[in-house]
Amino acid sequence: MTDRTIDTKVEQPLVKVENLKRLFPVQRGLFRKATNFIHAVDDVSFSIPAGESLGLVGESGCGKTTTGRILTRLDQPTDGAIYLRDGQEMLNIADIDKDGMKRFRRRVQMIFQDPYESMNPRRTIFDTIAEPLQVQGIGRLPEREERVAELLELVGLTPAPTFMFRYPHELSGGQRQRVAIARALVIDPTFVVADEPTSMLDVSIRISIMDLMLNLANEFGVSYLYITHDLAVARYMCDRIAVMYLGKIVELAETEELLGNPQHPYTRALLSAVPVPDPSYVRPPVEIKGGITKAIDPPPVCRFVDRCPWATDYCRNNEAPPLEEKSSGHFVACHLVEKVS
Amino acid sequence: MTTDLHQSTEEMLAESLWKVRLKLAWRSFRKGWASFVENRIGLLGLGIIALYGLMALAHPILLDTVWDPRVYDPIIGYDAPATIKTIVPDGQVTDPETQVSLLEARLINPILKVGETLEIREQPASPSRKHLLGTDPLGRDVLSQLMFSTRAAFLLGVVASLVTVFIATTVGSVSAFFGGLIDTFFMRLADLILLVPFLPLLIVLSALFQFGLLHLALMIGILGGFGGTAIILKSQALSISVKPFIDAARIAGGGKMHLIFRHIIPNVLPLSFLYMMFSVTDAISIEATLSFLGLLNIDMSWGIMIYQASVQGYLLSGTKYWWLLMPAGLSVTLLAGSFFLVGRAMDEIINPRLRKR
Repeated sequence: MTDRTIDTKVEQPLVKVENLKRLFPVQRGLFRKATNFIHAVDDVSFSIPAGESLGLVGESGCGKTTTGRILTRLDQPTDGAIYLRDGQEMLNIADIDKDGMKRFRRRVQMIFQDPYESMNPRRTIFDTIAEPLQVQGIGRLPEREERVAELLELVGLTPAPTFMFRYPHELSGGQRQRVAIARALVIDPTFVVADEPTSMLDVSIRISIMDLMLNLANEFGVSYLYITHDLAVARYMCDRIAVMYLGKIVELAETEELLGNPQHPYTRALLSAVPVPDPSYVRPPVEIKGGITKAIDPPPVCRFVDRCPWATDYCRNNEAPPLEEKSSGHFVACHLVEKVS
Repeated sequence: MTTDLHQSTEEMLAESLWKVRLKLAWRSFRKGWASFVENRIGLLGLGIIALYGLMALAHPILLDTVWDPRVYDPIIGYDAPATIKTIVPDGQVTDPETQVSLLEARLINPILKVGETLEIREQPASPSRKHLLGTDPLGRDVLSQLMFSTRAAFLLGVVASLVTVFIATTVGSVSAFFGGLIDTFFMRLADLILLVPFLPLLIVLSALFQFGLLHLALMIGILGGFGGTAIILKSQALSISVKPFIDAARIAGGGKMHLIFRHIIPNVLPLSFLYMMFSVTDAISIEATLSFLGLLNIDMSWGIMIYQASVQGYLLSGTKYWWLLMPAGLSVTLLAGSFFLVGRAMDEIINPRLRKR
């Protein structure tokens, strides 16, 4: 329903997600069947054109990491379809066979949030970076060595030979995240899911890691799905931003359009919470009330209705609003936002 | 300290990859060794193990060279120093070296009279220059038995612990990784094994089957491997299998076997090695217990030495016949304890929280 309204201008997107759903059963006991479900990701659709990066923004628990894990097939979707462009074909990675999985693993990689836990402490940096090559049987050992050295230089760990046979615990957090980037790029993927890659780093080295990721994206022609809770980071990294709230995308637009002209009340609230570097700035009172809840068997109305400052009886009694294109390229899921033609 | 501990990596890179890996392994071994040496109890344990190792190695050489097998063979050797004593009336023994009372003599031969002589063979004989730890009630050299049994103790300990650790590491990693039914099956099996009392079970089993040393070692290994050790190693494997680097390896395209053998097991292995030390301790004490109860079909072991002393009635004679009990008993305690000490010292290296610095 909603997917048909999205991105008709893009002919062949790199990644296309349609009505993605992921329900987690709430276990009540070993032998009892789960009757309640957390709707972690509920009917999410978006697409990413080649060479473009999409930012996925939202507060903790809104399902953005689950979306990323499904896109890398660390988790299985309950329902929905995900298409990835591989040459001229579109691979459906929601249900994929063994052969397709192999091709898929060459196309999609991931950068993790925690640089301290995302590397096996017993393997050297060379082993870590060369792992995708090794398990997929790409190249012979000398070639792999060369490739790893080349990537280490690219991510700024020079001279490469001094880093090749170190162990992760000998590197700093920033250096490890550079290694993680090198590992993600070693098999020339077309799509990289970056799950808050800078959130655990010192503020002072964040910008250099982000610059590195941008430069390499240009060089390798990689698209990112950049998952973050930080709007400033998303603005720096992404061409478009999708705002998620309790498993649903509530607003999706070009970065500057979304930040300059937010339509959805939740996006507005998020933006009003961004710190302003001016000590005399008086923050307007926060419009939304309450805190984020868990999406356990939510009623079919708008998810944001309990916290929405604008909510009307219409919102409380009607089905959740679909993500609609309210103005050119600006998608909003709200009953109250008027369509501009 | 040493300069090539920090040998520059550029130099190392000029060499081939396996050589580099060998050097890295050597480097981490030396780091571990340095902190092991710092810990005195580990060195003490290692020293005791080395001492017993030497004893085990020396025994066949001694039998080949200086020890006459007819006298010193641990199982069929025989030697009892004979002394000729004169029989004197009861209560008139002035020199126990050459005289024996009529009452004692008549216990051996009731037709003897005062004034006659009697050849008395001393077994068990107390320690002498010829038999440094004396002889046992059957006239066999205790030191030779002790040294001979050392080999059996090592063999048993090593086989049992290797089997334990091999099974426990595999079972723990597999059930942590797959979870679900496989996990439930192996963990309930482990509970079952923990629930069944170990010693009575082995008593029943050794009554049903003729238990040799190797059988016992395998038995202890299998029971230990599917039992408590598996649970401990599984918990370690579980804490590793949820780490993001497992997800990273999965995204790299690694299959189940790759994840288990390249990522989970290498991280469980240090703990496995530690439990290997502890299971040597268990195996040695179990063997001693079973052979003390006379339930093992083996020729000689420390437990059997104590068993012999016991069935011949020397167990409760206090320190008078100390050489029948002390050497074997002390050996069981020392060797089992020394493996435990080494395990403790390794624990401090493997488990950074226990480190002093």
